[in-house]
Amino acid sequence: MRTIGIIFRRELAAYFTTPVAYVFIVIFLLLAGSVTFYVGGFFERGQADLEPFFDFHPWLYLFLIPALSMRLWAEERRSGSVELLLTLPITVPEAVIGKFLAAWVFTGIALALTAPFWITVNYLGHPDNGVILASYLGSFLMAGAFLAIGGAVSALTRSQVIAFVVTAAMCFVFIATGSPIVQGPLRAWLPAAITDGVSSLSVLDHFSSIIRGQVELRDLVFFGGLMALFLFANVELVELKKAD
Amino acid sequence: MHLIEIQDLSKNFGDIEAVRGISFTVDRGEVVGFLGPNGAGKSTTMKMLAGFLAPSSGRAAICGHDVVEDGLAARRRLGYLPEGAPAYPDMTAASFLAFIAHIRGFRGAEARAAVDRAVDRVQLASVLEQPIDTLSKGFKRRVGLAQALLHDPEVLILDEPTDGLDPNQKYQVRQLIGSMASTKAIIISTHILEEVDAVCTRAMVIANGRVLVDGTPAALEARSPYHHAVYVRAEGRLPKLVIDEIGALPGVKRVEAAGRADDQGVYVLPQNGADIGPLVRGLLAARGVGVAELRVERGRLDGVFRDITMAA
Repeated sequence: MRTIGIIFRRELAAYFTTPVAYVFIVIFLLLAGSVTFYVGGFFERGQADLEPFFDFHPWLYLFLIPALSMRLWAEERRSGSVELLLTLPITVPEAVIGKFLAAWVFTGIALALTAPFWITVNYLGHPDNGVILASYLGSFLMAGAFLAIGGAVSALTRSQVIAFVVTAAMCFVFIATGSPIVQGPLRAWLPAAITDGVSSLSVLDHFSSIIRGQVELRDLVFFGGLMALFLFANVELVELKKAD
Repeated sequence: MHLIEIQDLSKNFGDIEAVRGISFTVDRGEVVGFLGPNGAGKSTTMKMLAGFLAPSSGRAAICGHDVVEDGLAARRRLGYLPEGAPAYPDMTAASFLAFIAHIRGFRGAEARAAVDRAVDRVQLASVLEQPIDTLSKGFKRRVGLAQALLHDPEVLILDEPTDGLDPNQKYQVRQLIGSMASTKAIIISTHILEEVDAVCTRAMVIANGRVLVDGTPAALEARSPYHHAVYVRAEGRLPKLVIDEIGALPGVKRVEAAGRADDQGVYVLPQNGADIGPLVRGLLAARGVGVAELRVERGRLDGVFRDITMAA
């Protein structure tokens, strides 16, 4: 545990010693704000809630999270520091979890900085703060799932560009599995039981149900399971590819 | 117990056999120099010892701890400088070393003391607060050395510790390695043959994944045709007759020109490293040849290195 904590602190501090953290947070806040007001019609709706704000999170994360996760392992391998890190008295799972947690907490910080939206709707009206809290939780879980996917992909390559593109594509598949773009081709070939199963892997469906205020166990299990699966894959891929 | 123990260690990358059945042990007080051409398997062997690469077959142990089965314990007792001294470029040297100290199990004041000790040993104090990215090659290498030494490990494995350093920095690093030699088992790899002579108690020539020679630097030098050769430069030109007479002395193999246009001297090569100095000196005195310079050579490591590795 102590080792995970040390790696976590180093990684989190690393975001803030480079412009990465500030650029990411500023862009995240600008995009979150502009889509909420201009695309989501925050004022025109005349409702005091944050649905238009959270509705766009999957699409924001689609390219912001890969930008964050692409460096997790690809950078270590490109610079050779992975050889230093993994010859210290630590285990690969400790390194994977420490890095993942740092990235996840970092997105949590970015998310927490959107609190002025929350304050604004409370000033303007009487929103259901329970729903908003659940939405924040859902958004945070979704970010974690995408980061876990991105971390595993990042361990596959020493090219950050490849890590970015592949992660974005995989996240898109997980967002869109319930939609016609994925279901259409699948239905032509596969029985309904399987296409429904694929559809139930849709990040969008689980996230939507959470931001409507329904936090169900199956949603938590879904996001927790995604993270666990890809963190496990991440450990295996680091072991497999570290010396390539 | 040997501090480093390697048995029949092999590593394949697909069809390429990088290391083919290496076995040796290293004890406290030994400084082993890995010599060999690029791609010989030096780094691969070191990476396996450090637990970064899993051996394809065979086993390796640090202080009795198997590097695969008991890797964590092995890595705790090991200080390792990877090739190129990688670090986290955005961190300052101070925060990087603090990170290493914490990972190595030091806490609070203990960690600061360990960092201070290492910084002191490699003379890093002047650049501690600079990002590693902005440091010169020499300082980057020293950050890597400080990282490897920080927990005062019993076993040190340093992959090209002096690569890219200027002559003064090379000297400092060799002094540092020499000062630690008596209490540790140390393996360094190098392309610089004089380094083996300067710091190593044992030289290991590796080529094509095999250990070709394992002996003292002196034994390596003794393999050179120039080992105990006598260099003679006379005042004026050495008469052809005298050269022929020297060539006929017992124990002399042949006489050859020094090879440089501005050098009038000759090398007298012995048979099987025989001690021919006194004979040559005596002959020159008897013939009344004025000697400007006469010295006995120790041997040329670069030639030995070439002979061994090219034959492999």
